[in-house]
Amino acid sequence: MGRAAFSALLALCAGISLTFLALPLVALFVETPLGDVPDLLGDPVMRDIIAVTARTNAIANALILLFGTPTAYLLATRRFRGRSLLVTLVELPLVLPPAVAGIGLLAAFGAGGLFGDELQDAGIVLPFTEWAVVLAVTFVASPFYVRQAISAFESVDPLLPAASRTLGAGPARTFWRVSLPLAAGGLVAGWVLAFARGIGEFGATIVFAGNVHGETQTLPLGIYEQLEANFDLALAIGVLLVILSGSILLTYKLVATWRVSNSTSLSPFALTRSRSS
Amino acid sequence: MRAIAGLVRPDAGRIELDGRAWFDSKAGVDLPPEERSVGLVFQEYALFPHMSVRANVSYGGTERTDELLDRFRIGHLADARPGALSGGERQRVAVARALARDPAVLLLDEPLSALDAHTRAAVRAELQELLAELALPAIFITHDFRDAAALADRVGVIVDGRLRQLDRVEEIGRRPADAFVATLTGANLLPGIARPVPGGAEVALDLGTTIRSGETASGRVGAVVYPWELTLAATAPADDDLNALAGTVGDVSVEGGRVRVRLGELVCECSPADAERLGLARGAASVATFPAASVQLVPLDDD
Repeated sequence: MGRAAFSALLALCAGISLTFLALPLVALFVETPLGDVPDLLGDPVMRDIIAVTARTNAIANALILLFGTPTAYLLATRRFRGRSLLVTLVELPLVLPPAVAGIGLLAAFGAGGLFGDELQDAGIVLPFTEWAVVLAVTFVASPFYVRQAISAFESVDPLLPAASRTLGAGPARTFWRVSLPLAAGGLVAGWVLAFARGIGEFGATIVFAGNVHGETQTLPLGIYEQLEANFDLALAIGVLLVILSGSILLTYKLVATWRVSNSTSLSPFALTRSRSS
Repeated sequence: MRAIAGLVRPDAGRIELDGRAWFDSKAGVDLPPEERSVGLVFQEYALFPHMSVRANVSYGGTERTDELLDRFRIGHLADARPGALSGGERQRVAVARALARDPAVLLLDEPLSALDAHTRAAVRAELQELLAELALPAIFITHDFRDAAALADRVGVIVDGRLRQLDRVEEIGRRPADAFVATLTGANLLPGIARPVPGGAEVALDLGTTIRSGETASGRVGAVVYPWELTLAATAPADDDLNALAGTVGDVSVEGGRVRVRLGELVCECSPADAERLGLARGAASVATFPAASVQLVPLDDD
């Protein structure tokens, strides 16, 4: 095949895929009555949707950071038998179909589920409540954070925490003063992705939490309901989410470039490629 | 070094300071690094890149920060980040940081190897001063015997994890225990086969000639003779008691006021005056003579 023909073929394939990817976004903005968007989003229905989305995602992200960070640190810095199995387990929700995550959560915490009896005795009902949304979002979004966090902690030069220990700092102080600050860039990048995934979560939420307006209806679920009730509103929510996702992507890119410029501060006298100074 | 600091756990053995066990495999003692009183200066320094020099130095303890910044002449760099410093400056920060904790022992991992030749000499002198002033037990690692000769009281030579010789530095440089230590300390090593004779041994060198040694041995040996024990002459002397090896002059270089001459397989040393008198230049023929008493015999490594 000639050079020109090969380039033409590449361009053709790229053209088709990029057009396909751009089409829904373009169509969304074309079809939405953009002038009406502020009014549509002022619909009283939206207040509950946004409130539920904000509350559930805030709690979910807090849980992800609180539990995910130590988990990632452990998996990144300790080597033990079964470690790779645990890492795979953490990554599992990435490849699990969201609806399967939903039904799994139902099987665990539903009335007839694994902990059904215990929960019932304690008077706790989880399915179709706001807490169900929190759990669903946490479940699907945590691997995005933990995986990146593991990588961030692994990229910290191991000499640095070692130096910290020889200087009298115990493992906790070393984590807090050395490992965490140095991994911070990667942690933020991972969290940004987790946040984006969490905001957009649909499948697990609708199965486990249902689409209860005012209680479990998040922005994506809102689109689903408004498809029939008020199509224009559904479009408007879509536009809102695209803008939100776009901002998140932009933030991620900015954090990534900031990290790169921060770490290339080695002195020209450095003879080794180590990241420490 | 890492084992002493507690960063690596040996399979067996005992590490103690002043009678207090830091590690004892039999007694099940293994203190974590933060409970051992060490000041470890890493070869790559391992300064915390996200902290200022002052924060780095105070990491182990804040009482002596200003004193240490002054002592190591890095006070003017207190607010700088390690990334902006030169190699020599970073090393001073690393040493200052290690001392902030008032350690009981100072560990230096190849303190001179990451430096260029010019800085190296200066830092070696600084370290000499520091070690004398601190009166602190210090252990450092180097691959260059000259560093050890300049800085150490006692030297241990470790090859493949085995300690080959542990001695005062003068002894290591005069009475090497084996072939490796001999070449490490700058000696000539001539392999051959020894045969005991009255008064010592006769060694048939692989080179072809036979020389005599004051030591007794038999079988495969390495004959060790130091460059400064060799006397260069234009022709072989009449004296039968002296060993003589003839050869062609190769490299001639001046080092520290002495002239180093490569004669065939040997490295010899003489004064600049002698070098001129003998007309030592590449390609000239010369003879190196040395008494039997200066020939030491050591086991060869390939045995």
